[in-house]
Amino acid sequence: MSKALLYDATMCIGCKQCEQACAAQNKLRYDDAIASEERQSDHKYTVVLTKNDKFMRRLCMNCQDPACVSVCPVGAMRKTTAGPVTYDADRCMGCRYCMVACPFGVPKYEWNKVLPKVQKCTMCPDRVAAGKPTACAEICPTGATKFGERDELINEAQQRIRDNPGQYVNHIYGLTEVGGTSVLLLSSVPFEEFGYRTDLSKDPLPILTYRVLSRIPDFVPLGGMLLGGVWWITHRREEVAAAEGQGPRRDADDQKERTR
Amino acid sequence: MKIKFTFWKLVFLFLMAAGFYATVVRFTEGLGPSTNLSDQFPWGIWIGFDVLCGVMLAAGGFTLTAAVHIFNIKRLRPIVRPTILTAFLGYVLVCVALMFDLGRPYRIWHPLIMRNPHSVMFEVAYCVMLYTTVLSLEFAPIVLERFNLQKPIKIIRGILVPLVIGGVILSTLHQSSLGTLYLIMPEKLHPFWYSPLLPVFFFISAIAVGLAMTIFESSMSSKHFGRQLELPILQELGRVLVVVLSVYGVLRFEDLLHRGVLKLMFQPGYEMYLFWLEIALSLILPLLLLAQRKVRMSAGGLYVAAVLVVLGFITNRLNVSITGLESAAGMHYVPKWTEIAVTGAIIAAGFALFGLAEQYLPIFPAEQPQRALERQSAIATTVLEHAGD
Repeated sequence: MSKALLYDATMCIGCKQCEQACAAQNKLRYDDAIASEERQSDHKYTVVLTKNDKFMRRLCMNCQDPACVSVCPVGAMRKTTAGPVTYDADRCMGCRYCMVACPFGVPKYEWNKVLPKVQKCTMCPDRVAAGKPTACAEICPTGATKFGERDELINEAQQRIRDNPGQYVNHIYGLTEVGGTSVLLLSSVPFEEFGYRTDLSKDPLPILTYRVLSRIPDFVPLGGMLLGGVWWITHRREEVAAAEGQGPRRDADDQKERTR
Repeated sequence: MKIKFTFWKLVFLFLMAAGFYATVVRFTEGLGPSTNLSDQFPWGIWIGFDVLCGVMLAAGGFTLTAAVHIFNIKRLRPIVRPTILTAFLGYVLVCVALMFDLGRPYRIWHPLIMRNPHSVMFEVAYCVMLYTTVLSLEFAPIVLERFNLQKPIKIIRGILVPLVIGGVILSTLHQSSLGTLYLIMPEKLHPFWYSPLLPVFFFISAIAVGLAMTIFESSMSSKHFGRQLELPILQELGRVLVVVLSVYGVLRFEDLLHRGVLKLMFQPGYEMYLFWLEIALSLILPLLLLAQRKVRMSAGGLYVAAVLVVLGFITNRLNVSITGLESAAGMHYVPKWTEIAVTGAIIAAGFALFGLAEQYLPIFPAEQPQRALERQSAIATTVLEHAGD
């Protein structure tokens, strides 16, 4: 059973306590200047966006089948069975393929450091492993961010939409996006208004590259045999021609020279 | 001995000085101050040009070794060494460029022990590493011959066929995999360039560029080193180039048709202009030129067509890695001067190393007696030409 977060924008009051708790949990600086920054960055894993009087959180979606995990050549990104997508900075060599591949543009880089790391929300893996909710869910005063079993949260989200159809966009963001995510969102305004793409595929992305990659083990021996066969035929032809004395003189001479 | 500063030597020194300064900035201040890369646009020209184009431009190595050693096309033998030299230099320089781009270059060996077989990058890393090894073994006899070390040459010659076969397989894998890299971003890459056939396109175009680069180099070395231009060989390469380009062109447009993208081709916009630039340079112009017998048979015509093909597919790689991703990123990426300086220095180093190798190593095979005379007169002309320097 995997854990998840359900964020219901209609219950959010924009207090930004989740931002502060997240910074404290991840030992990041947090002050008024950072609080007013309205985008995720290497020093701000989650952000509460404000538009008119509506709010929306952004954080790593912790996908069920994450693109970042599949593309990382050194396995620095991992999807844990409990739900969080973790990052091991000691493995990372800084190729930044995770940043290019992420459909949500989540991983951020420490561009101004000489020895940079990737930075992103990892869904408090230590807390989750200890059976505790994430820092952002624990601090949330209104229950807008709720931590729990993914299946149960999906049921609850569906129930909320059913109970108040006028209050919600009829869509649980993260239920099927790129195969589903461990962060689920509910909102009263279209998700696009806060920069969430709603044209994402329902299938997990990693299959797109793995379909090609998985053919390599077959390709190598086949290709080797094929090329070896071509080599054998072309050279055999030459040997036969030389033996029969009909081949072009020069080729035959070359052959002799090489065998010498 | 007095060192003479010709125009190109000055250009070289300038590029090296700028590149050196940019290198200092890169490694003392980090990627932020030395590049225009950002969270929205994490890969720039160091990946788009230095790596993607670098590997593509070095594709002549596997194409020509396969033609000569596997398919036994003997008349192409004289151009194998120059192409191996280009390929070897190309891959070494790609590795150098990677050291600039990686956030923590000293961990470049990590994929060796920290494996993720689901990652295209992991596969590319392994293939490039192994193929660079293959290339250094294919290149080694040229150096060993220079110092007359027969024993190691014999050993390498003994394993040459499996080595070449391995090289062709490794090249096929990573040339196409550089396209596979982009398959993970169907929502980000513009439909002109995102296609399930990306790996196939990257592979076929690498072959085309490998042939074009071979023509280009032969013409260059004949100009600057007074080498005999092997016109019949170049004509043959030109003929094959037409076939490869045609196959690529048909596939490319069939793919656009099946994905319903043809209608986008006539909607003016940033992507459309760069798409047409790519298609014109890589397909339309070279095919129009090479379709004419007169052009196909002349050294000058082949040279122009080859340069067009090379430029066309450089445009293609930059379109895939930069143009096609800009609208999803919501911004335009323009490389910082330091990025260009590093790339410029790497290209300059490539040309310089190629020139040095041609001068001091037996890149061109021992000549037949009747040719030696022509060669001598050619050398005499070069000496005369440079007498005024």
